[in-house]
Amino acid sequence: MTITEKILAAHSGKKEVVPGDFILADVDLALGNDITAPAAIREFKKAGGKKVFDPEKIVLIPDHFSPAKDLESAQLAKRLKLFAQQQKIPHFYEIGRMGIEHALIPEKGLVLPGNLVVGADSHTCTYGAVGAFATGVGSTDLAAVFISGKCWFKVPATFKFIYYGKLPRWTGGKDIILHTIGDIGVDGAHYKAMEFSGETIKNLAMDDRFTLCNMAIEAGAKNGIIEPGEITWKSDADSNYSEVKEYDVSKIEPQVAFPSSPSNIRPIGEVGEIPIDQVVIGSCTNGRISDLRIAASILKKKKIHPEVRTIIIPATQRIYLDALREGLIDLFIKAGCIVSTPTCGPCLGGHMGVLSEGEVCLSTTNRNFIGRMGSPKSKVYLANPAVAAASAIKGRIAHPERI
Amino acid sequence: MQFKGKIWKFPDNINTDEIIPAKYLVTSDQKELSKHCLEIIHPEFPKRVKKGDIIVAGENFGCGSSREHAALAIKGTGISCIIAKSFARIFFRNCINIGLPILEEKKLPESCSQGDIIKIDLAKGVIKNLSNEKESAIGGFPPFLQEIISSGGLMKWVKKKVIR
Repeated sequence: MTITEKILAAHSGKKEVVPGDFILADVDLALGNDITAPAAIREFKKAGGKKVFDPEKIVLIPDHFSPAKDLESAQLAKRLKLFAQQQKIPHFYEIGRMGIEHALIPEKGLVLPGNLVVGADSHTCTYGAVGAFATGVGSTDLAAVFISGKCWFKVPATFKFIYYGKLPRWTGGKDIILHTIGDIGVDGAHYKAMEFSGETIKNLAMDDRFTLCNMAIEAGAKNGIIEPGEITWKSDADSNYSEVKEYDVSKIEPQVAFPSSPSNIRPIGEVGEIPIDQVVIGSCTNGRISDLRIAASILKKKKIHPEVRTIIIPATQRIYLDALREGLIDLFIKAGCIVSTPTCGPCLGGHMGVLSEGEVCLSTTNRNFIGRMGSPKSKVYLANPAVAAASAIKGRIAHPERI
Repeated sequence: MQFKGKIWKFPDNINTDEIIPAKYLVTSDQKELSKHCLEIIHPEFPKRVKKGDIIVAGENFGCGSSREHAALAIKGTGISCIIAKSFARIFFRNCINIGLPILEEKKLPESCSQGDIIKIDLAKGVIKNLSNEKESAIGGFPPFLQEIISSGGLMKWVKKKVIR
């Protein structure tokens, strides 16, 4: 069995599962945010739910529209808080302790190798980076987990990706995943487990692993996963894979996703002249400390282009504090950036950097769909934090090498 | 179960941000959400869609965000059924869970036109396009999903089968 199949079998009391099996599995951790959890709470109550299956295994994080952007979103966040109080859920994270869910949960050590995690957020697949099976579900699925502690799954086939070669300077996890999605398309791993492996992945830093698994959903996958070590949870040598692909990453350039699909990829050398109005460095994809360090290494003693606004969003309070102690915040502000409290904010066009008609944004986030960050007539390009920082200085999409 | 209605045709890879942008996610009321359903790519759709109409789409319908609001917004418009070549998985689950009928069918999306009238007979497993007389066969759901659907949605199934 593959690592994904092993985790699913272990959580459904079975010795073995094969792709296509329907199983009812025990959930180790269930997550909801200020957009998705209120509907789950409603369904939980509507179904006569009195007590959640295990308050320790539920996490509620108001991160999407937080700090509340308007009255309606304040009410959404309040519903999370009240539910957490009523149900005595310890893992409710209020502003000040809050971080973007997919950065905060691993930081708090709430997800471990071999765990089964569901979240009413599509980027829940991020935790595959620690060797967990983690996947996004809807609000009603979450309500069912609140009541029963269980979730149904169709066991996915596994698509294996093998990467070899040393990543060139200015490339990282973001470029690996963008390159892969550019190759296989937004439904290239439709309904499948993406298993990331090979020598490049073995040497990949944790933050880059999170970025890599985070965007598995952008290829239509159920989960992305990396074997956490040599001994424990790993795929058997005789595992069945529906497909296997190999990539030599030693010559990849920083990748840029053009509007309006994460699969519309060009290497930075073929981007051409694209002036920008806004840069966002943050999100569950690229708001971790190493992302901020990379951006800072480029922005040091430089100024943001006069026609560009740059919004930097550390993903958690701890990352924010680390960045402060390391002098990164000082450096960002002197360069002409703003630094925001942790929030998903602009990534989904929520707040803190919504785009006006005709504006162009280069963002380290995960989606560049039409209207994703604001006006349907705005445009979003996706790239890694180094490209974002370089572009902020140049006022157009630029290779970090040029700074 | 039978459905008869007018087709609204959509291409491949319709994502949930297009179905309902995040700025409207401050509510999960399906009637409210339906007012903005698919307006980004088809501004006339939420104004002109009628109860009983049917969405026919290409591959990977509902990709992107997990927002159940997307399925709710479509349900709120009165759309009776979505037929697509394939669905993105979270959207697929959401539709099953909230009781919005969906069907995977590869041929109809190729052969139908915007505004055609089609008739779906689930018992017989047939879709007939009344505008061009073409018929296509539809497979049923696997027994596991059929059980959730016939229980009246996920929460009822969970109460019946899981908690007891």
